[in-house]
Amino acid sequence: MSDTVTFKIKRQNTAESSPYWENFVIPYIPNSNVISCLMDIRTKPENSKGEKVAPVVWDSNCLEEVCGSCTMVINGKVHQACSALIDKLEKPITLEPMSKFPVIRDLIVDRSRMFEALKKVQAWVTADGYHDLGPGDRESQSIQEVAYKLSECMTCGCCVEACPQYTQKNNFLGAAAISQARLFNMHHTGKNITDQRLDTLMQEGGISDCGNAQNCVEVCPKSIPLTESIAEIGRQVSGKIWRNIFKA
Amino acid sequence: MSKQRVIVVGGGLAGLAAAMKIAELGMSVLLVSFQPVKRSHSVCAQGGINGAVNIKGEGDSPDIHFYDTVKGGDFLANQPLCKDMCHHAPYIINLMDRLGVTFNRTPEGNLDFRRFGGTLYHRTAFAGATTGQQLLYALDEQVRHFEVQGIVEKMEWHEYLGAVLNNDGRCVGAVIHNLRTGEIMALKGDAVILATGGPGLVYGRSTNSMVCTGTATTSAYLQGAKYGNGEFIQIHPSAIPGRDKLRLMSESARGEGGRIWVPRKAGDSRSPKDIPEKERFYFLEERYPLYGNLVPRDVGAREIYDICVNEGLGVKGEMKVYLDLTHHTPEFLNRRLGGILEIYEKFTGVDPRVEPMEIFPAVHYSMGGIWTDYTPTSDGLIDYQSPNNQMTSITGLYAAGEADYQYHGGNRLGANSLLSCIYTGLMMSPGVINYVKNLPEAAEDHPQKVFDDASRQWQERFSDINKMNGSENPYSLHRELAEQMITNVLIVRQNSKLEATLDKINEFESRWKNITCLDTTDWSNPVPSFINQLWNMIQLSKVITKGALMRDEFRGSHYKPEFDLKQPDDFQPETYLEFEKQKADGNLNESAFDQQHLAYMKRFAENNEKWLKTTIAEYKNGTSGSEGGPEISYEDVDTSLISPRPRKYN
Repeated sequence: MSDTVTFKIKRQNTAESSPYWENFVIPYIPNSNVISCLMDIRTKPENSKGEKVAPVVWDSNCLEEVCGSCTMVINGKVHQACSALIDKLEKPITLEPMSKFPVIRDLIVDRSRMFEALKKVQAWVTADGYHDLGPGDRESQSIQEVAYKLSECMTCGCCVEACPQYTQKNNFLGAAAISQARLFNMHHTGKNITDQRLDTLMQEGGISDCGNAQNCVEVCPKSIPLTESIAEIGRQVSGKIWRNIFKA
Repeated sequence: MSKQRVIVVGGGLAGLAAAMKIAELGMSVLLVSFQPVKRSHSVCAQGGINGAVNIKGEGDSPDIHFYDTVKGGDFLANQPLCKDMCHHAPYIINLMDRLGVTFNRTPEGNLDFRRFGGTLYHRTAFAGATTGQQLLYALDEQVRHFEVQGIVEKMEWHEYLGAVLNNDGRCVGAVIHNLRTGEIMALKGDAVILATGGPGLVYGRSTNSMVCTGTATTSAYLQGAKYGNGEFIQIHPSAIPGRDKLRLMSESARGEGGRIWVPRKAGDSRSPKDIPEKERFYFLEERYPLYGNLVPRDVGAREIYDICVNEGLGVKGEMKVYLDLTHHTPEFLNRRLGGILEIYEKFTGVDPRVEPMEIFPAVHYSMGGIWTDYTPTSDGLIDYQSPNNQMTSITGLYAAGEADYQYHGGNRLGANSLLSCIYTGLMMSPGVINYVKNLPEAAEDHPQKVFDDASRQWQERFSDINKMNGSENPYSLHRELAEQMITNVLIVRQNSKLEATLDKINEFESRWKNITCLDTTDWSNPVPSFINQLWNMIQLSKVITKGALMRDEFRGSHYKPEFDLKQPDDFQPETYLEFEKQKADGNLNESAFDQQHLAYMKRFAENNEKWLKTTIAEYKNGTSGSEGGPEISYEDVDTSLISPRPRKYN
């Protein structure tokens, strides 16, 4: 085992400037993840040529793969940097920002489009108020297990980064938002606005933009059955189209 | 009066609960957060949320929950707030269920509950092992709905720097720092709520997230707000070692039957599965037959320390013990603990369904925080209309969640933090609105100069930071500070070491001035912001360390062996109630008590007389030649509902 690790990092100083690659060589320490190496770099911010440079910047928070913050492209694959253990990665290790979102700086991107998508699909339960209205409805264990899996989505962006249909030029909502629509459509009171959600998903950028590549489900760090969600929403949308025809 | 609004800083459970409730009551909210609120630290809470719903028919009740909470906190919590919180806990769980939290269910379809530390009841509702994440998402969704309706405005990627105070010292806004553009501006707000979480990063690596620097609450302290019980830092018994952070291994692992053990033979090099049952030391079960592996966290962390350091029985000679779940089926474990077992497996490469986990204690939670007020009713609950609730000692500046010092006394019970966060956010809201509506003058109607002066002061501060051109790397200096705190202000505290640590912190403060600002660009540059946070962490470490140095006793998480009152093994806490009653009635019959017990009870009473008090730290500016720092005083605790008594868990 080498006593150093080399990182090749795709950097970009501002949102408008051009990206460039910079290499960093740091001492190898067992049991490191990508984040702890980035932390090491900022305690001695020098590139491999020995030039003092601005420390690399990245997004992170929980460091235990539940906040979704530190998603980036590591050795060509989208992943959370916290759970990317360097002992399991080929060297040198390349780090790039996600490509489907505008770059802010270095490894930081702007994922606000994903949160806007949650607004569009109305990913919430409509409540009469937050005072004491007694218990909620009972629910079977089997339905809870399906819903719980869907509700683990942390809006990290892996699914849309891997999706060939999701580009910076179109307005596809993406697998994460479609799966959230499914989650709320199956909730006792969340389903009260199913029709509004499906209306959005029938429009441009909705369910028909999915090309069925199935990359999303492959890269989801929480193993959320995203393709099942897309299929289920597809069925709900088809049902609604038929209902609309018969109503007309 | 001009249009009014409330500024909520922080988008974790407390901040979102407050934003949601205030919006429901019709007041505009400006929500300021370091990052998209969905990524807040509350997502890290795993095991569950407490509420005496009594679904298992065990006879649990809010009053027993209240008693467990107060006892767990070693009687240092103000009791009316605890009582009101515990009495509203079942409603809060029902509310979160209505809002779509995917809680685990019983076969009949009711909410399922599990056991947690410091109680004998199944009182913890849970959503797998990601309960904090699920609760946060439900509140995030409600707030997003209000955002669409225009009642809540979000400013994410902004950091709170300080309060804007008018000539009367009243808070009329907040100075915030745009983390993209670097712009610093003063926002107008009729009340400001700091729901900014805990300060785990003062200890470098902890179970806390990267935003948990405590910088916002420390800024309030530096502006004159009182800080309460700073020395009470919870060490969680079970975490997974890591170079970047210490990942939490939830108490729910023990709530679901996980057993803590070490090999009986020191330095045993066998694989844990090859060590036969009789050669395993289940030390918590042996030492605490009643609560076993579910003793409160302060007790658990101390016992692990004792086993590893004093007894030398740590796994492979290190500060580690086994947490064993391998007696359960993988199906059971996946359904009830899936999330945390996946985390363990991802970060260590070992499958905890097959091999016992290796865990160790880590800094987890601050019971202390900004001092906040409340108004009790005559029946020992809380008057929800009072503007005092959760108000700091700066008028108009409020605190909620881990940022405040209430509810948990000297030690927090597991699964009470999610409760206290949501509870404070909801409870305080009517009072905050009453405060705002009864102001003589809206923030909007203040002279612009008040806001310009505040923003200019911070612009100058950051301009000075940008010019720093010394030889210290801020991130390396932070590691040194953390090392001191971890070594000397953790589970076992000694005055000589605490004194030396204070000297060391003063040294760090001088060295801070010799930092180099590694990056001076004005776009998405975290360095100046971190340098400012580091200054605040140095100030807060003084509060924690000085508070610990001065408190010469053993209470909750604050353990000084020198001042251990040494409870006799056969002592029962009820005896103390009889002793107190006789004293109060003026007919103490000393001969009726075991003499060792009597001597202990006298020591206990005398110690409470002196130390059953809230530590208050107030910032005092330095005089010429010396730096500013905390001045410590003490304040009485409201123990009007449950009389203090010795804790016992075995």
